[in-house]
Amino acid sequence: MVESHRLKISVRRSRSDRRRPKPRSDDAFFRVATGAVAAVIILLAAAIAFELVAHSRLSIEKFGFRFWTGKVWDPVSGEFGAFPFVWGTLYSSFLALLVASPVAIGIAVFISELAPGVLRRPLTFLTELLAAIPSIVYGLWGVFVLVPLVRRLETGMPESLRKLSLFSGPPVGVGMLAAAAILAIMVIPFSSAVAREVLRAVPASQREAAYALGATRFEAIRAVLYHGRTGVVGALLLGLGRALGETMAVTMVIGNNPRAALSLFAPQHTMAAVIANEFTEAADQLYLDALVEIGLVLFVVTLAVNALSRLLIWSLERRLRAIPAAAEPAAASTVEAA
Amino acid sequence: MRLSRLIAALSLATAIARPGVAQTVQINGAGATFPYPIYSKWFSEYNKLHPEVQINYQSIGSGGGIRQLMNRTVFFGATDGPMTKDQLLAAPGGILHFPTVLGAVVPVYNIPGVDAELKFTGRVLADIFMGKVSKWNDPEIAKLNPGQKLPGSDITVVHRSDGSGTTYIFADYLGKVSPEWKKTVGIATSVNWPTGVGGKGNEGVAGLVKQTPGSVGYVELIYALQNKIDFGSVQNMGGEFVRASLDSVTKAAAATKGKMPADFRVSITNAPGAGVYPVSSFTWLLFSESPKDKRAARTMTDFMRWALHDGQKYCADLGYAPLPEEVVTMEMEALKKIRF
Repeated sequence: MVESHRLKISVRRSRSDRRRPKPRSDDAFFRVATGAVAAVIILLAAAIAFELVAHSRLSIEKFGFRFWTGKVWDPVSGEFGAFPFVWGTLYSSFLALLVASPVAIGIAVFISELAPGVLRRPLTFLTELLAAIPSIVYGLWGVFVLVPLVRRLETGMPESLRKLSLFSGPPVGVGMLAAAAILAIMVIPFSSAVAREVLRAVPASQREAAYALGATRFEAIRAVLYHGRTGVVGALLLGLGRALGETMAVTMVIGNNPRAALSLFAPQHTMAAVIANEFTEAADQLYLDALVEIGLVLFVVTLAVNALSRLLIWSLERRLRAIPAAAEPAAASTVEAA
Repeated sequence: MRLSRLIAALSLATAIARPGVAQTVQINGAGATFPYPIYSKWFSEYNKLHPEVQINYQSIGSGGGIRQLMNRTVFFGATDGPMTKDQLLAAPGGILHFPTVLGAVVPVYNIPGVDAELKFTGRVLADIFMGKVSKWNDPEIAKLNPGQKLPGSDITVVHRSDGSGTTYIFADYLGKVSPEWKKTVGIATSVNWPTGVGGKGNEGVAGLVKQTPGSVGYVELIYALQNKIDFGSVQNMGGEFVRASLDSVTKAAAATKGKMPADFRVSITNAPGAGVYPVSSFTWLLFSESPKDKRAARTMTDFMRWALHDGQKYCADLGYAPLPEEVVTMEMEALKKIRF
């Protein structure tokens, strides 16, 4: 996913000068070679899908579509439903996205637009360092620092608020809130790093134009953000992709209870976590097939979320193109509007 | 294609270059995580005595061990719960169980203001883990622990999130003392927990209990000792409240005297007898009755003879209880069933 976005940015840059050299024999070879590598990716995805279906046959035959909506996960009686896990994965990821987005954009804007030169390099380095920390370390930090903090928040919350279904349940500390918080922290470096690159790719003429029109600094930054909005949205969705698949850190703080709930305090479960937790001890064939089908569901959900985000970016780009004479006047017009 | 040829050539070259390789015996096994510390100790000690024998063990979980043994991708398996009849029927050829050591599961808790050891009956434990008893000052708990100042706070149940032999032993015990547990929750390495939060691994449960006031969980004895978490005594069949120790666990195994089935597939939870700790269990190594690799089979039976006698002395340091003498005698006899 990282690659695809980076690629996108570079492709867009190269498209800006539309002159294309005539194909030569070297180019033909290069094209075939890279094409073959690209085909491997497609084949790989297809092979994964095929294997997932083949190895979850028992479960697919027994439960059919009911597997997606089933709320019971009972290995003893052989009743398996994926709904609590799908819910937990989507809920925790979107909560994380909600928290991480403004912070990530803020970091990106500060580094690319506002930070003095001396600060820019260390800040860039530090955010990238955060991205390199293994998730198990985040998980341990979550267990020993974040969870007790969340527990204190929960026990300190006034009774009147606790009556809301958003905050119901015993104050255990582990649960949806802790999971969403740790995911947000893990996602921020990724999103902000990509968003920063996007903002730096915005031509300086944009900023100059904004200032020339008498825009304040805030207004100029808004213009820059507007210009790079598809890239920024892409950066945030890249973070979402990471949140959807995150396993270790989440399983350590989410409480691993397969019951879908609206409450932020309730212990819940995710798809990646249940596979990691239960795969090793699943001796029964149906149980094993159900776990593989959870993998299939995760595959489909990730694809769907990715497709939706592509669609979002695409529609944004189309609207951008619909404005005559491309982006420069568009940016200027927002400044005027502001 | 070219790559595979290259690998073949390379492996041929190394085989020629090291003629000594042919004499060493490499044996692969996989399975339960609970006995992993003692098994790795055994394999390394045995390797010191017999440098030509190399036993590799992957602690991938009992379920995985059984699966790999049935697919014949490993020479031996290891499990915390005996294989079911269905599994044995599905296996290619006969599979033999050999108990190696004993372990115990203890109820751990963290109640602010309570330092003394709490007493539990199996039924109360079942009710707590089913969510039926949800306050610490519930009369059911208070009745067993007169004189303790139990708070009126909620009980937070902590259980394993991963499939585990520990869960199997605990659920097996609760199933024996509470018919309701057996009916609604059942006995398996992962169950559908009616309440509570899941921690990954013994260390995950121990960690959660340690930092959550008002929580109760279950871990292997060694984890409770190492993490210095309070753990309660459990009432055995004779009505005594017994604290888990190497001695009380070995006593549970001795209770099978004269009643041990020939295939060793026996549950010793809630065993009868004086001083018996009721949440105890064997852990087993699994062998194929007629293995293909005869040399490995001979080596492994030699190893088992060593493990059942000399190997037992490493138990105590690692928190396992050694096998009682009569079980060892029976196993020595049973080892002859492996054909090679």
